[in-house]
Amino acid sequence: MSTAERVVFQHVTKRYPGTGKGNPGAVEDLSLEVPAGKVCVLVGPSGCGKTTSLKMVNRLIEPTSGRILIGDRDVMQGDVIALRRGIGYVIQQVGLFPHQTIRENVATVPRLLGWEEARRRDRADELLALVGLDPARYAERYPSALSGGERQRVGVARALAADPPVLLMDEPFGAVDPIVRERLQNELLRLQEQLAKTILFVTHDIDEAIKMGDLVAVLQTGGHLAQFGTPDEILANPASEFVARFVGADRGLKRLALVRVRDLELRPAPTARPGDDVAAARKRAAADPFPYLLLVDDANRPIGWIDDRRLQSLDSLTADVAESESPLFDRHTTLKDALSMLLEAGVQAGIVVNDAGAVQGLVTVEMILERTRAAAEDGP
Amino acid sequence: MQLVTDTIAWLLDPANWGGNQGIVTRLLEHAVFSGISIAIAMAIAVPAGIWIGHTGRFAALGTNVANLGRALPSLAIIGLVLPITAAIDPQLGFKVYPTLVAMVVLAVPPILVNCQAGIAGVDRDLVEAARAMGMTERQIVRGIELPLAMAPILAGLRSASVQVIATATLGAFFGGGGLGRFLVEGIAQRDDGMTFGGVVLVAALALTVEGAFIVLQRVIRSPGLARMEGARAAAGAA
Repeated sequence: MSTAERVVFQHVTKRYPGTGKGNPGAVEDLSLEVPAGKVCVLVGPSGCGKTTSLKMVNRLIEPTSGRILIGDRDVMQGDVIALRRGIGYVIQQVGLFPHQTIRENVATVPRLLGWEEARRRDRADELLALVGLDPARYAERYPSALSGGERQRVGVARALAADPPVLLMDEPFGAVDPIVRERLQNELLRLQEQLAKTILFVTHDIDEAIKMGDLVAVLQTGGHLAQFGTPDEILANPASEFVARFVGADRGLKRLALVRVRDLELRPAPTARPGDDVAAARKRAAADPFPYLLLVDDANRPIGWIDDRRLQSLDSLTADVAESESPLFDRHTTLKDALSMLLEAGVQAGIVVNDAGAVQGLVTVEMILERTRAAAEDGP
Repeated sequence: MQLVTDTIAWLLDPANWGGNQGIVTRLLEHAVFSGISIAIAMAIAVPAGIWIGHTGRFAALGTNVANLGRALPSLAIIGLVLPITAAIDPQLGFKVYPTLVAMVVLAVPPILVNCQAGIAGVDRDLVEAARAMGMTERQIVRGIELPLAMAPILAGLRSASVQVIATATLGAFFGGGGLGRFLVEGIAQRDDGMTFGGVVLVAALALTVEGAFIVLQRVIRSPGLARMEGARAAAGAA
């Protein structure tokens, strides 16, 4: 894996001739630095210049003035073709070539770089596997045979093919339905944990910006940078009326989306296995302030709950007495999602499991509310 | 009725097929002459259409030139060109070149317009994605735009070919070869069987070429596109 490189905007301005007030797509004196390996989301209303800013990095649009650096290189110096081959690019409509197979699509940049056929093939298959598409099933198919979500994954694989240090993504998940979008976002975050590329990501959706960005640049109509900071900084201290309105009135709730289950100290779950001694289990449940016992299997995977009233009347612990399922969380689940799942299910506690499905502990509504209060206190 | 039996009789008479003025020879002359006309027209119109479609420059000029070409009757072009070419070469300049020029003028517009529109009609997002990945303009044209515009480009070639095959009969009126000779001689000799036999042969050649283009288009189309077009047709029907 190549190392990521920083991307720096220095007083970058783009003006379009003949356009007067409003000037959609223009950018005015944009300066910001995205450190290597970080995700920076450019967000703002339409016409704020976010896509223009992105396209100036790979020179699809050339700035009127100012400099853009990748690492220490000015993008305007040197060969534009070589520059573009070194930058991954993903767009909303994915832009897969319909007359080429998935494998050919993914191997586009390696082919342009003149890699040998066998090496291209291996690389394409490796990347398909990386984005969760089985090469044996997908490599020979054509884009038209894939769903929107699958195509978007191929788009990401294609952008990564030559292992570029920088990735540009222009509303990459704009064209898929909310459920698929959510999944693709999570997959990209997981991928980014492994790859640590420098990613510039454009969206008009503030929730997506908060979720995806290590850094968020809020752009205002006319191409002015309204605020640049971490999602938490922007939610906690909006720099202007515009930013406050843009992030919305539910900032407190949104900040919950920044905290994940792994950031909490989990409550230990009172567990028992089928076949355990009932009396001992009863004693354990009584000692716990939480009046339920969680039945788990041999691999410590949750089976279901037994409430303490029921527990009193039982002679033995068997799997079929467990009931009332709780939502399952993993360590990446945001507190916002966790809260919404708990409210949906009408229960007090959700079970946190690891990748193998084994119980790690509990998250309760109370713990989340506690966190909200803490967040509200250090707000403005 | 008489006409039909005469025509069939003429076509079935083996004596009319052989010899250096027979059907086989005339058919070959006609096919070769049409083929050369189309080849010259392609050499002009395909690069021009691709360039205009890819760059978006001179699009209006391309369309206007094509329309002018369509508005000029082939006979008028022959009349205009003949004095010039005949002065240069009294033989071929009379029999062949004027018709050749007229056929090229006839074939250029459909090829040019379809090339231009086909290339320009390729999804611009796709082209931009290709450019963003570091394809050169030449690679974009060859690798993305041409394959995706192949259907309209072939449709233009097909319609140009059919028109040229039908109209190339004019050459015979100026002493050229080809299937038109049966029309000229059939009329002169009041031999209706020969006249309409010639007409049938011209039509048959044109339809055969049309069919060949349709087969060609199916064969060279990417399976990815076949599927997409199928899906589009299904969506349209729903």
